[in-house]
Amino acid sequence: MNSQLLIQTTANAIAASGMYALIAVGLTLAFGVMQMANLAHGHFFMVSAYTVYALYALAGWPFWWAVVAAVVVGGVLGLIVERAIFRPLQGDVVSGFIATMGLMFVFEVLVGEIWGWGLSKPIPSPYMHAVSFMGASVAFQRVLLIPFAVVSIGGLMFFMRYFRLGRALRAVAQDPEAAALQGININKMTALALSIAGAYAGLAGGLMSTIYAVTPSLGGHLILPALIVVVVGGMGSIGGATLAAVIFGFVITFVSTLVDGVTAVMVSVTVMAIVLAIKPQGLMGRVIA
Amino acid sequence: MSLLKVEKFRLWGLVPMVAGIVGLGILPFFARAYLIEVVMMYFIYIILAQSYRLIVTIHDWQLYHIVLYGVGAYTSGMLAKDLGIPVFAAIPLGGAMAALVGVAITLPLLRTKGWGFYIATYGLAELIRLSWLKFRNPFGGSTGIINIPWPPVLGGIDFSDGIPYYYFSLAVMLAVMYMLYRIENSQIGDSFKAISMDPELAASTGIDIPRHRLMACAIGGFFAGIAGGLLVHRLGAVDPKLFNIVTMMYLLIWVVVGGTKTFWGPVIGVSVMHTLFELSRPLIEIRPAFFGLTMILVLIFLPGGIGSLITKAVDRFRRSQILPAGKAE
Repeated sequence: MNSQLLIQTTANAIAASGMYALIAVGLTLAFGVMQMANLAHGHFFMVSAYTVYALYALAGWPFWWAVVAAVVVGGVLGLIVERAIFRPLQGDVVSGFIATMGLMFVFEVLVGEIWGWGLSKPIPSPYMHAVSFMGASVAFQRVLLIPFAVVSIGGLMFFMRYFRLGRALRAVAQDPEAAALQGININKMTALALSIAGAYAGLAGGLMSTIYAVTPSLGGHLILPALIVVVVGGMGSIGGATLAAVIFGFVITFVSTLVDGVTAVMVSVTVMAIVLAIKPQGLMGRVIA
Repeated sequence: MSLLKVEKFRLWGLVPMVAGIVGLGILPFFARAYLIEVVMMYFIYIILAQSYRLIVTIHDWQLYHIVLYGVGAYTSGMLAKDLGIPVFAAIPLGGAMAALVGVAITLPLLRTKGWGFYIATYGLAELIRLSWLKFRNPFGGSTGIINIPWPPVLGGIDFSDGIPYYYFSLAVMLAVMYMLYRIENSQIGDSFKAISMDPELAASTGIDIPRHRLMACAIGGFFAGIAGGLLVHRLGAVDPKLFNIVTMMYLLIWVVVGGTKTFWGPVIGVSVMHTLFELSRPLIEIRPAFFGLTMILVLIFLPGGIGSLITKAVDRFRRSQILPAGKAE
C-alpha cells in the first residue's frame, strides 16, 4: 500500500465514518426512546437517494433543493412508520423489529415498481472535481459529507443536552413512566425521535446518492453495518454510535480496499462479536438493552 | 357429564391430525410428480418452522436459524460427496453440526439481551453465510456445491425416487414433530416458557437460564440441520443464496402468521403462507411486499397469529357445549 493509496483510503474512510454516523445516530436515538428497533432504517436512506434521483437527475431541480427534499422525505417516512407500526406495537421490541423487517420488503417493492428494478440509477454529481491532498485525489462529493456529519451530529448532541425537547427525549429514554408523570407526551416524543432519525438517514441518503449505486436493494446492503455500529456503540448512546461509526468506517473501508467487500463484512461482524462477548452493553451503553 | 364431554372434545381434536396424516399418506397415489415435489418442501419448511418455534418459546428470536439449516445442508452434502458417508448417516451428522454451530455462535452473545442479541445473531449468521461465499475451497463460492449424492437403494426401495423420498421426508417430519411435542410438554419445555415469561423469577426458582438458552438453540439447530439435510439430498446441489436473510424473513412470516403461542401455529403458518407463495408465482415482483404487509398487519391486529383464532373458536365452542345456555361466563 503506497502513501497515495493510504491517504485516499483514509479520506474515504473518514467520509464513510460520517455516513455511518449519520445513519446510526438516528437508529440509536429511535431505539433509546421507547425501544423502537427500526430495521427499515436503511430503506429511509434508499428512498431519500431515489428522491434526489427523481428531483435532481430527472426533474432538474438544483442539487441542494433535492437534498432538502430528501431530508423532508426521510423525516416524513419516520413519522409514518412511528404512527403506523411502532405506536400500535408500543414497547414490544420483537414485534416492532419483525414488523419493520416486513416493511423492508414493502419499501423495496414500491421503489422497484415505481423506478424500475435492475441497474442502478445514474445520478451525475454536481461537483465533478476532486480535491488534491498530498498527492492523492478525493472526490469532492465525498469530502462534502464530512462537515455535514460533524455539524448535524454535534447539533443533535447539543439539542439533546440543552434544549427542553431534547431533555424530554432523554427523560423518556430513561424512564417512560416517570417522564409521562412529568407531563411529557410520550407519543409526541416517539414521533419526534423517529422523524429525527428519518431526517438524518435522509440527509445521508441525499448526499451519498451520487456516489452509491442507487438500487432498490441499497437499504438492505447498508442496514447490517449500521446495526453493527449501533450495537457496538451501545444501544441508545449517540456518542457511542458516533465512536463506533468511526471505528467501522475505517475497518470496512480499509478491508474493502485491501481485500474485498465480503471480507469487510466478515471482519466487522467478528469485531462486533468480540466486543459483545467482553462488553455486552456495547462500548458506551449504560444498560444491557 | 361435562367431564365426559371434555374428553370427547379432546378426541375430536385428533380428527384433523389423523385426517391430515392419512391425506398426506395417500397423496402420492393420485398426485402428479410436480405436486409431490412441492408438498415435500412443505415437510422441510414445517420442520424448520416447528424447530424455530421451540427457540421462540424461550423468547430468543434469533436470526441464524436459516443459516443453521444451511449448515445442515452443507455438512450433509459435503460428508456424502467428499467423504462418501452414506446419505442416511450424513443427514443426522449435518443436524449435529448445525447444533454445534448454533451453540458456538450463541455462546459469546449469552450476556447480550433484546435487540442487541437479535442483531448480533443476524451478524454472525451473515459471517457464516459469507464464509461459504468467500472460501471457494471447500464450499464452492457463489455457485455452491453440485453433484451431491442421491439417497441410496435401501431394502429394495430406491430413495432417490420422488415417491419413496416423499414418504421418507413425511416420516422424518412426523418424528420431529413428535419429539418437539414431547420436549415442549416436558419439564424442559416448561422451563423455556418460564424463562420467556419472567427471566428473573425463573432464575430465582433455580432455572439455569444460559444453560436452557443453549439447550434450546442446540435442539432447534439440530432439527434445522436435519431439514437442511433433507433438502440437499433432494436438490442434489446447494448454494449460499438459499440461506440469506430473505429466506429468514419468510421463516419469520410463517411463524408469526401461524402464531407461536400454540404448537400447531407454525404448521398452519407454513400451510397457509407457503400455499399463497406458490400460488402467487405470476406476481413474483410484488410478492415480497404482499408478504411483508401481511406480517405487519398480523403483528398489529392479530398478535397471536391464526393459531390463536382457532384456539379461541374451539374454546368458545367447548364452553357453549358444556355450560347450560345463558350461564356462559
